Amino acid sequence: MLAFGIRRLTISLCVALTVSIVAFFLLHMSGDIAQAIAGTDATPEQVSQIRVQFGLDRPLVEQYLNWAWGVLRFDFGTSFYFRDQVTTLIAQRLPVTLALGGISLLLALIISVPLGVLAAVKQGGWIDRAALMFCVLGQALPTFWLGLSLIIVFSVTLRWLPVSGSGTWAHFVLPSVALGWYAIPAVMRLTRNGMLDVLASDYIRTARAKGLRMPTVLFKHALRNAMIPVVALAAVQFGFMLGGSIVVEAVFSMEGLGQLAWQSIARQDFPVVQAIVLVLAVLYIGLTLLADILNAILDPRIRIA
Amino acid sequence: MALLEIQNLTIDIPTSGGLLHAVRGVSLSLERGKTLAIVGESGSGKSLSSLALMDLLPRRAVRRADALRFNGVDLMCATERQKQDLRGNRMAMIFQEPMTSLNPAFTIGDQLCEVLLRHRKVSRTEARDRAVMLLEKAGITSAGTRLGQYPHQLSGGLRQRVMISMALMCEPDLIIADEPTTALDVTIQAQILRVLRDLQSEFGMAMILITHDLGVVARIADDVGVMYAGRLVETGPAAKVFTTPGHPYTRGLMDCIPTPGRTKPGERLGAIPGQVPNLVEELRGCAFRERCGQSRSACGESFPDLWLADDHRVACLSGQSAENAA
Amino acid sequence: MTAQSPSMQAVLPSRRARFDKFRRRAATNPSFMAGLVVLVVIAGLALMAPLLGLHDPYAQDLSRRLIPPIWHAKGTWEHVLGTDKLGRDYLSRLIWGGRISLLLGISTVIISGVIGTGLGVAAGFFGGRVDAVVSYVVTTRLALPVVLVALAGAALVGGSLSMVILVLGLLLWDRFAVVARTATMQVARADYVAAAQAIGCSTSRIVFSEILPNILNPLIVVATLEMAHAILLEAALSFLGLGVQPPLPSWGLMISEGKQYMFFSPWVITVPGVALVILVLAINLLGDGLRDVTAPERRN
Ligand SMILES: Nc1ncnc2c1ncn2[C@@H]1O[C@H](COP(=O)(O)OP(=O)(O)O)[C@@H](O)[C@H]1O
Ligand SMILES: [Mg+2]
Repeated sequence: MLAFGIRRLTISLCVALTVSIVAFFLLHMSGDIAQAIAGTDATPEQVSQIRVQFGLDRPLVEQYLNWAWGVLRFDFGTSFYFRDQVTTLIAQRLPVTLALGGISLLLALIISVPLGVLAAVKQGGWIDRAALMFCVLGQALPTFWLGLSLIIVFSVTLRWLPVSGSGTWAHFVLPSVALGWYAIPAVMRLTRNGMLDVLASDYIRTARAKGLRMPTVLFKHALRNAMIPVVALAAVQFGFMLGGSIVVEAVFSMEGLGQLAWQSIARQDFPVVQAIVLVLAVLYIGLTLLADILNAILDPRIRIA
Repeated sequence: MALLEIQNLTIDIPTSGGLLHAVRGVSLSLERGKTLAIVGESGSGKSLSSLALMDLLPRRAVRRADALRFNGVDLMCATERQKQDLRGNRMAMIFQEPMTSLNPAFTIGDQLCEVLLRHRKVSRTEARDRAVMLLEKAGITSAGTRLGQYPHQLSGGLRQRVMISMALMCEPDLIIADEPTTALDVTIQAQILRVLRDLQSEFGMAMILITHDLGVVARIADDVGVMYAGRLVETGPAAKVFTTPGHPYTRGLMDCIPTPGRTKPGERLGAIPGQVPNLVEELRGCAFRERCGQSRSACGESFPDLWLADDHRVACLSGQSAENAA
Repeated sequence: MTAQSPSMQAVLPSRRARFDKFRRRAATNPSFMAGLVVLVVIAGLALMAPLLGLHDPYAQDLSRRLIPPIWHAKGTWEHVLGTDKLGRDYLSRLIWGGRISLLLGISTVIISGVIGTGLGVAAGFFGGRVDAVVSYVVTTRLALPVVLVALAGAALVGGSLSMVILVLGLLLWDRFAVVARTATMQVARADYVAAAQAIGCSTSRIVFSEILPNILNPLIVVATLEMAHAILLEAALSFLGLGVQPPLPSWGLMISEGKQYMFFSPWVITVPGVALVILVLAINLLGDGLRDVTAPERRN
């Protein structure tokens, strides 16, 4: 168990390292960054001055090592556009994205888990069929279009919720629906199929043979086991949501990491872009680790091996 | 009054191949404290019949019976709530698969105490004490520490002992054991059966024991029911069925047991030649006639129900002469 | 081919039978049939776009801007789905946009399918160190945030359609690799592969004639899902302005361009959005159906 944990952690660190290399070199080999910063009407002198100022005249490997050494100390360099610490920018924006992702995940779980349980218990019934149809339809809805449609319906027509921004909790409702929507089909299917498997298992028959009431059978004996893979999936989905929030933040003009990334890409502000790629990747890696840990906590067969 | 009374139990299961008539009119009764063994090839409907008593059949299965009475309660009319109050409390079941019958996510102790806490007003400590007591009676050493363990930490034999203890938590009137030892090592089989028999007689419960092992039947059963293709083809006191088996199928099964002296060393153990009939079709007459050495044309017509003695019933025409003689 | 491996001869007749069985099961699978029918209609429209006598999708007419579709009171039959902010015919742009989506979906899946299947088969077939490396690469790829990397990639290489295809193709191979790896491991254990190895068939021969045909079913299912994924991603990239560039009639771009008018003319985003949903839905239905149809028959 311990050996497995150490191995798992080592691989995670290696993956993070690889991601940092990929992010750095892809962005730095794609053209003349100094030119991009200086703009098209800059004189060659200005460009070379910028090149020296940002250390872009050094060999690429040296640049990477400098950057990586900085990252280890939470120093992601300086933004070309804002002329400000990237770390500060990210620290300002990350809370919005984390809140958006968290609320979306919560929303998705609140909808998909009970629906999945219900669909499994009433397998083949109308709830089951409606839920499955909802899943297929849900997967086909583009997040950005769903977001725009929500704005048209709830902000413009009904005037219930604000169109854009990230100031109050009301600003988070529609974006969370748009982002959470994406995770519902996967979680619901896994819950339903897990419940179906579990409900057909021998130990559920044993639980019923004990005369336990249906709620006890369903929520203690069945759900507990069916939830084990769902919890892991939820952690991973949270990672996807953080990555996918870029679209939602753009639609709803939220001051989060995603919008920062989007604008930075458009402005060719590479230090910010590579920092965000790395931050999101590390968050994702951390979440998959968390999923494994949660799995072990929930499943005694893993915990006590 | 008998503890259990079954009249004309039938179970149908819709399958892709058609309606499967898995159990076709089973009638029997069981007195308090007695042991009834049910034997028969696999697929003859033993498990389904026993699950039908507990109302734990697969969801699609349809159960019908002229009468299904337990302890004076009509199980066919009982509400789900009444049945839940009986299950685990007055009637309990031990399943064939100890490896998968316990919930992997909860400790042994939790799963044991749960039964008592559900059916009796007892404290957690009392439930725990009873669990420890029963585990010890079931032959588990250091029962106290076992309570904190999870099923995957126990061997199959231990798990089956846990299942037995679990069935006994509320001291039921009837315990149904569906091939409780089939999945276990031969050396452990005997121990488990001994535990089961000892506890049964200690608590004075009735037991329905489903088994392949006629040797076991001879040792512990009061009565025997022989099932074939969803029907009981012979029922009677174990002694009578063993000494004067009335149905050719029963005799066939008994020829399959190695007997000291009669079975020559190295001789292949007998199996009844032929195949179990397709249960999707309606069966007219005796289902065994195709595999029977003594079948005659009349066997295709009727499914006889003959009494060899007032407690020994055989569904075979060949028993007719014996009946006349009696 | 004169020297067929022994297994091929054994497999060939049963393949015919398998196909018949597939057809029978497919015909009774509502999800598969619905997906197929819709997809055939969309593909037919897209392929025949130049022959349909549509307006030129690029022709601007500023005097006829933002005409609503026919179901609105002010709609005209001349522009059934209305016009956009530059007076271009929306129906025509929609159908030409379908070409882009389909072309992009298929091309992306070909690229990612080749990459992913190659990696997955190698991992499953050789196992050991190769497997470890491939698993590592897949893990790394999964750690990269797709939308962000795709956006950055598209922005770097410029937003032509072929570049978007390339970027997405280089990103969306992970599921192919995972599925191909598992399926190869199962197949590689089968008797006919052992037999082919025993009679000395070359590795490439075994991979191409024994393994690939037998792992095709799950890969096709993945291909449909990834195609849907790619189409949605392209739409998102174009919507964010970093994918396909104007004036191409990409559906995502149409939504992006219509965004500022959506409060007063909601159909400018509804029409391409619904088209996107229908296309993706059809592909997903086809994939779901295909999975059920090709899955081993369940008990009962
Ligand atoms: N869930 C089920 N679905 C369909 N058929 C079943 C199911 N359970 C049992 N059967 C069929 O019912 C018949 C009787 O099964 P069972 O009672 O388990 O036999 P036994 O316990 O005597 O071996 C068998 O033919 C079996 O295939
Ligand atoms: Mg059985």
